[in-house]
This record gives sequence, structure tokens and C-alpha cells, in this order.
Amino acid sequence: MTMTDMATRPTPLETPVPRRSFMKWSAAAGGAAAAVGVGAHYGLLPVASASAEPSGGDDAGEKVVWSSCNVNCGSRCPLLMTVVDGQIVRVDSDPTGDDEMGTQQIRACVRGRSIRQRIYNPDRLKHPMKRVGKRGSGEFEQITWEEAYDTIAASLKKTIEKYGNEAVYLNYGTGALGGTVAKSWPPASSPIARLMNCMGGYLNHYGTYSTAQISAATPYTYGAGAGNNSFDDIVHSKLVVLWGNNPHETRMSGGGETFVTQTAKRQSDTKFIVIDPRYTDTAVSIADEWVPLRPGTDAALVAGLAHVMISENLHDQEFLDTYCVGFDEEHLPEGAPAGGSYHSYVMGLGRDGVEKTPEWAATITGIPASRIVQLARTIAQAKPCAIVQGWGPQRHANGENSARAVMLLAALTGNVGITGGGTGAREGSYQLSLSAFPTLTNPVKTSIPVFLWTDAIERATEMTATADGIQGKDRLEVPIKFIWNYAGNALINQHSDANRTARLLEDESLCEMIVVIENQMTASAKFADILLPDVSNSEQPDLVTQGSAGSLGYLIFADQVIEPLFECRTVYEMCTEIADRMGVKAEFTEGMTQEDWLRKVYAESQAKEPDLPSFEELREKGIFKKKNPAGTVIGLQAFREDPVANPLKTPSGKIEIYSSLLQKLDETWTLPEGDRITPLPEYTPTWEGAELAGTGDAPLQMIGHHYKSRTHSTYGNVAWMQEAHPQLVWVNTLDAKARGIENGDVVQVFNERGRIELKAHVTSRIAPGVVSVPQGAWYAPDKDGVDKGGCTNTLTSWHPSPLAKGNPQHTNLVQIEKA
Amino acid sequence: MAKQLGFYFDQTLCTGCKACQVACKDKNDLPVGVTWRRVAEYSGGTWRQDGDTFTPNVFTYYTSISCNHCDDPQCVTVCPTTAMHKDEHGIVTIDDGKCVGCRYCEWACPYGAPQYDKDAGVMTKCDLCIDRVNAGEQPACVAACPSRALEFGEIDELRAKYGDTAAIEPLPDPAMTRPNLVITPHRDAQPTGHGTGAIGNPEEI
Repeated sequence: MTMTDMATRPTPLETPVPRRSFMKWSAAAGGAAAAVGVGAHYGLLPVASASAEPSGGDDAGEKVVWSSCNVNCGSRCPLLMTVVDGQIVRVDSDPTGDDEMGTQQIRACVRGRSIRQRIYNPDRLKHPMKRVGKRGSGEFEQITWEEAYDTIAASLKKTIEKYGNEAVYLNYGTGALGGTVAKSWPPASSPIARLMNCMGGYLNHYGTYSTAQISAATPYTYGAGAGNNSFDDIVHSKLVVLWGNNPHETRMSGGGETFVTQTAKRQSDTKFIVIDPRYTDTAVSIADEWVPLRPGTDAALVAGLAHVMISENLHDQEFLDTYCVGFDEEHLPEGAPAGGSYHSYVMGLGRDGVEKTPEWAATITGIPASRIVQLARTIAQAKPCAIVQGWGPQRHANGENSARAVMLLAALTGNVGITGGGTGAREGSYQLSLSAFPTLTNPVKTSIPVFLWTDAIERATEMTATADGIQGKDRLEVPIKFIWNYAGNALINQHSDANRTARLLEDESLCEMIVVIENQMTASAKFADILLPDVSNSEQPDLVTQGSAGSLGYLIFADQVIEPLFECRTVYEMCTEIADRMGVKAEFTEGMTQEDWLRKVYAESQAKEPDLPSFEELREKGIFKKKNPAGTVIGLQAFREDPVANPLKTPSGKIEIYSSLLQKLDETWTLPEGDRITPLPEYTPTWEGAELAGTGDAPLQMIGHHYKSRTHSTYGNVAWMQEAHPQLVWVNTLDAKARGIENGDVVQVFNERGRIELKAHVTSRIAPGVVSVPQGAWYAPDKDGVDKGGCTNTLTSWHPSPLAKGNPQHTNLVQIEKA
Repeated sequence: MAKQLGFYFDQTLCTGCKACQVACKDKNDLPVGVTWRRVAEYSGGTWRQDGDTFTPNVFTYYTSISCNHCDDPQCVTVCPTTAMHKDEHGIVTIDDGKCVGCRYCEWACPYGAPQYDKDAGVMTKCDLCIDRVNAGEQPACVAACPSRALEFGEIDELRAKYGDTAAIEPLPDPAMTRPNLVITPHRDAQPTGHGTGAIGNPEEI
């Protein structure tokens, strides 16, 4: 039976749609909708009893249950669900709180508001299935849960016996994020990890698709992952520089950073500058100035700004002398070559002998030299100034240096560790101290960069520590043969070069088993060998941790709102059944149910956060909120106050503008031609970078902004969202005119890796020479290989960044034409 | 006659996210194609290219718009069946039993408020969430706005608080229908009739 048949095959679980009593108002404007019943527009459930009588408006059986939106946006919103006759009929948000900083009402964003169409979606997976066509074809046959569990257990046994535990991999997935038990990210904290750790472990990964480069680079500057000040602290800033940071489209919650930044702006005279290739919605609503630049040229802009500051003596020399190494020749670490300082690099006294004047930076970035001069003076003279970078700049082939360069700017201006200032990293926020579901210890210590899992299928035994960033071993010994893919779309959609990934996965002699646990038929689900239907988070109880919300800490009790749909089961139950077949059930469950675990974890959290109410009280109230008792978060405050008593974890204990550790990597690592690791955050031109744009078959730089329509790919199949925010490639008016493209035209964007088709948003809101394909749309190649889904990753590359070996998904050259 | 109700919209806060639109659709179970509250992107400006560099002179702002329950509603004026009428709260509403789906009101309303439901063959529109309002709650769109850009209430009070601007591009001249709508304009807002930009998302409204 094919999947198409499956979608229409009724089962005992598919109940007719109950009629819902609608609004109690005289003129039934919604009567038209009421006449066809809830779900009718969604096409999920058959409207078998359209003759059912209205229930007379008494709302019999109506209840309101707390749930939440558990996706990877950085926010986390409570959702209050109204249930009638076992169906969710309406979604509201947090009824508590106000419009004040730290006690704010957490108003869900547009995505969470549409969750009913995600839960009741035609793409919902209904039954366990096994693949019958080739991988990726989406051809499946329904099987029993028993057959699914038996098949997985047999395959696990075979894989571990034949190849060892390092052949089993937990793929990155962030589709279930924020929960306590039903949690896919980080994979090492998921029930799958606990299951695998009961039977010898699995191959680890490090880094994330969100932050690979900045996470790898930051410790070389700050010794560890440095937090920044929280956004509520910007009321104390004279200036905020949002460097590739776009909270109003990414962290959209009306209780999260969108609320916090807008409220701070309203409460203070703080000025905002947005540096971004796009005139983002953050810029629309909050920016006093917008500085567009060519993608990937951030470190060149920083060097140009530094040149102005140094030339005009606007930099904070005292701060650099006290807290940093590597700014000037007097403060170089041991072993660094003469001329190795950042000052020498900028003033033309370094290795390349090139002075990084504003004119030099202008040519690279596209920003006029006079504007760079003005920007440098503005930033340097604003005391204090909060420089807060997003994660777009680092998601490039030279992203590590871009990330470090922006942090360097915070040091150059002496803003690190003070109120109203910041470290140059991503915004911090107050977080409650809570316990987590324990996943035991992985006996396997080998770890790969998260982005190189496809390489670890294709060429594992070639991969080494110094060429591919393998950790815990000098080289990989076995390829990945078994993949767990729980609540993730990085199997195809969110990984680079989707066509190449598809070809790799189609070869069953390479990766032998792919288990996908998912609740929608995603692009990745189509590549499963065994496909297990997961419940949504509204079909199970869970404790849900907060998002980034300034000075507000909170915890949501997301209870079970409805019964599991169809044959869907919880991930905990799936793991329990497989543990049973692997002979480790007792270790896996410790005799506990999911709710038992919630109680146990919550009790541990109560010990850390004494203000927490009882389990039952939280369940009833739905949310616990606590304002940061310390006021605002200040990153590296202790270090700033006393750098001797509170040194950083860098070799020097200080902020390392010049990193001897990176110097060592530069000397010892094997890098592909053109890739560079540099001790200073230099600007390094890259493959398919800004310098190569403008000519040839692929003259346009392509980035992939995070889009309001989705969180990555989650919500990507929701009709209300596709209507509100359709998939459109942003094209500058000048570039469109040169190609005869008008707003709304169907176009194709292509390069040697693939071709996608979607509509064009012709706009002045993006820099000339740059197009942006919103990331996360679902990969859907037609018979000719044209991706009609408009997935940005059909055009992106596997080539990893030099240091993190991370995903460079905004470094691309493309062409665009009318379809 | 109760006091006339209306909407206030703080354009300076609107990010174009459309939480208002989707909250309305969720509350009223509206299918794709029937959208009582919509958000327009109004955008314009130019780029100056000079050798390797470029300088933008670009503006964009959003306008969230539903039915403005006008004092002089054209939809009511043109309705041949009297289905479209103003009720005792000043809410422009449709008598379902009378509407024949002729779509004159859709054609007449300069705000695009009346929306045709092709499945039902009748017009539908914003009713100011009168059921929620009667229960002491705010309309779904107002309660939903993450940026707190929407307010609702007696129009006299809203105007006393926020003035009486409603003539902002791309909206029509308020003289046409006398909308019960007050807007705090975005820093780049252009007055109706003097716009240099264009609606960037015509297919979405």
C-alpha cells in the first residue's frame, strides 16, 4: 500500500469531526465556517457526519488546557488550548502578566498561533510504516508497532555486532525543543541518547546548525562560550548595534526578545543601528539606521571601523592594555610573530602589508568609505554601546572570523562587562535553574562536527582530527551505518546540498538503516526505512522550559490536551519498547512512566528554585514566572571588575584578540586550498564569497534568512502560514530589473548544485547583488530535479568552514531567471 | 445606541508578523482565502550605486487592517439585500440569512474587509469579536499582537488618547467611509495620496 492510499484509508481511530458550537452572537458571520465544522478546511479528518446537529451553544464538554510551542526559535510560548469533545477548537496564549519588563505576558507569535493546523494536518503520520520504494521516494507500507520495534531492535543488534557502537548516530534535530522528556535537542539529552547509553553508546557530535562557527570560535576569544548582556539591559545603552541580529523575525515571541527590544526602545532614548544585508523587520520596527553590507564581509567592516578608531584615537587603549592580549605589538602572546598584532594588521604593518582603510573596507563590503568613518565614530563615541550579534554572520565559510571580529569590536570600544555595554556575542537572558531528564553517560567519546555526518557516511575512515575536526580519536574508524532521526529535518532539508545528500542516502550499501520519529511527512521522513509516528507535544504531558526573554524566567506545564491521534505514540514509549527488546528496559525506565520522570525532575528543580509551586499547583496554573532578582544579565561582569581574581579560561586569562591556540591549529591542521584559520579575526575571502560575485554564471550572493513563516522547517506545511508568509526569494529591484523580473513572478534560482522554483519578492529591502531564499521550506524536487518547494539547501554546499567544520549556508553564488 | 467602537493601530511597533491575522483565523475558523484581518507591507525608495559601493534610501512599514466599522460604510450602502448593516454597537455585520453572495460589498469597501467564502457562497467579515468583547475580553487580534500594536475600544476615547490620523498610505482617504480607526504613524509613514512607495505584498492582502 502506498502512502497515498494510507492517507485515505480509514481506521477505527479516525473519528468523525464533532460539531463545535460557535460564537454566541446574533449575526453569525462565522456561520459559514461553522456549517462545515472544525477540521474541514484542514483535510485531515473525514467530515463523515456533516448532518450532525449543532450542540446548541452550551459548549458541553469544553475545557481549557495549557500547552506550548516547542520549536527552535529561541523563544518559548505557552499556548492555552480550548478543547471541545476531544478536539482543539481554539488556541490562545498566556493570560497572565502585563506589558512590563520582567513580568510580561508571553504572547505567542504567528507560528504558535497556527499550531492547530500543525496538529490537525493532512501530513500527520498516522501509523508505523516501512519503506517499500527507494529511499526518498516516500513510498511506504503500514506495519504494526511490534514489527517496527522488532525491525529496529534487530537492526541495532546487527549494527553494533558488526560495526560497533560508533556506527550508530543520533542526527541533529530541533523539532521537539524545550520539553523535558519529549526532547530532541540536544540529541545527547534525548530519550534516544538514554536508550543508546544503556547499550554501549553512539557516535557523538559537537556544535549545532545554528551556531557551529560562533560556538567554535568564541572560546578562542573569551575562553568559553561568553554570554552577552540581556536585551532588557539596553535601556542603559546609548547605542545598540544589532549585527546580523534579527529578533523580530527569529525570536518573535511577544514575551521574548521582540517584546524586550521594543519595550526597551520605548522606555529609553537608546539608538539602534542594524547591520544586515536585508532591511529586516527588526530594522523596520526599531532601527534608527540601517547599514547593508555584502554577506560574509563582516570582518572587513570591523577592520575598516578599527582603522578609523585607531587613526582618530577613539579606541579604548586602557581597556585593551588591561583586559586583552594581541591588540598591539606590546601585548602579543609568547610565540606570536612580530607584526602579528591586530593593530599591525589594520595599519598595514602585518603579514599582508595591506592597510585596512575605510576605502579598502568599502570595496569589499559595499559600504561607502564615508559611511564607515561615520559608523566608526558613532560606535566609538556612544558610551556605553551594546554590540549584539546574531547568528547569520557566522553561518558562512569564514564565519568563525566574522564572529570573533564583532566580539573584538566590543573590546576595542571597552564595552565588555558593563551595564549598557556587552561582549559582542548573542544576547543573554535570565534563565531559571532547572534539572533535566537524565540520559546517563555515553561510553563512546568519539565526536564529529555536526555538519560532517554526511562525510562520516561517505568517507569516514579518511576523516581525522586535524583535517576534519574529529574529537576523542585521531581518526574515525567506522562509517555511520544506523541513523536515529528524531524530530529533525536535517536528514535532507536543513543540511546543505540536498540533491547530493539525497544521492548519498539513496545508496543503502552506505547507511544501512534510517529510523525517523516524526509527526509530519517531512522531506526527511521520506528518507526513512522505518517511520514511527510521534505524538505532538499537545498529546502528552511535559514540563517545558523557557525561551530567551530578557529578565523573565519561567516554566510551563504543558499538559496533555488531547488523546494521541491515530496510532501515534510518545517517544518515551517507543524507546521503552525498543529497550525491552534490547534487554535494557529496567535500566532505561527505572520502572517509571513519563509522568513519574516529570515528578522526579521537578522535585530536583524545586531544590534549586525554592519559589517553584507544587507539581499539582503548577499543573493547574500552567506557568511559573520569576523576574531576575539580579536585575539584568551582564556578560563577563566579574572579569571586568577584577580580571586578576576572575581570569578568563584563555591561556592568558584575558580576552585574546590574538589567539596562540589558533596559531597552533593554523600550523598543524590540514586545510583545503583557500581555507584559512588565523590567530587574529582577519577578513578572509572565501570560495563563493563577495569578491567572486558579479561575474560568471552565478553572479549573485545568496543567503537564507530565517523566515516568519516557519521556525526553520517547522510549521512549513501549515496552510495559514503559507498564506500569511509565502515562500518568496528576495531580489533587489536593480537586479530584478536587469533580468526582467517583476514582483510576484515565478522565478528559478540555480547554480551547479541545483535549481529551485518559487515566486520573487522584488524589493528595495535587500542589498544589490544579494538574493535571499528564506531557509526551511520543504525540499520537493520534481521529476526534472527542479525543487518546487524552494528549499535554500538545494543550492548550498557541503564545504565546511575551516575551524568549526560548520555549515556555511549563507555562502553561495547563484543566478536567477524568470521561470 | 451604545458608543461606537473602533481600532487603534500603533504602526511604529508593527513588525508585519501577522499574529493578528492568524489569531483571527484560528478564532473564527477561517479557511485560506478568507482573511478578515490582513497586513500590508508598504515599501519604496532607491539605491545609489557608486563603483563598488551602494547607499540605500529605503523605507518600509506595515499596516494591519481589518474592518473599520465605518460611520459611512460603503458596503452597507451598496448591499442590495440589507444583509450588511450596522448594529447597535456600530459594528458592521452581516445577516447570514439575507446575504446572497453577490460580492458588491467586497467591491465597494476600500479596505477589503468583506471576504467572500466560496464554500458557503456568502460574505463574511470581522465582527469585532463581539462575543469576546461581551465576555470582557479583547478581540482576538488585539489580544494576540506580540508588539502590543493594536488596541480596541470606544472610538472617542481612542481619539482622545491618540489623535485622529487614519490617512496613511496605502490606506484610502478616510473621507470615503469615515473609518473608526486611529493610527500612530511609523517614522517613514506617508500620507494618503502622497505616497512614493508601493504595496510589496499585494497577493497577501
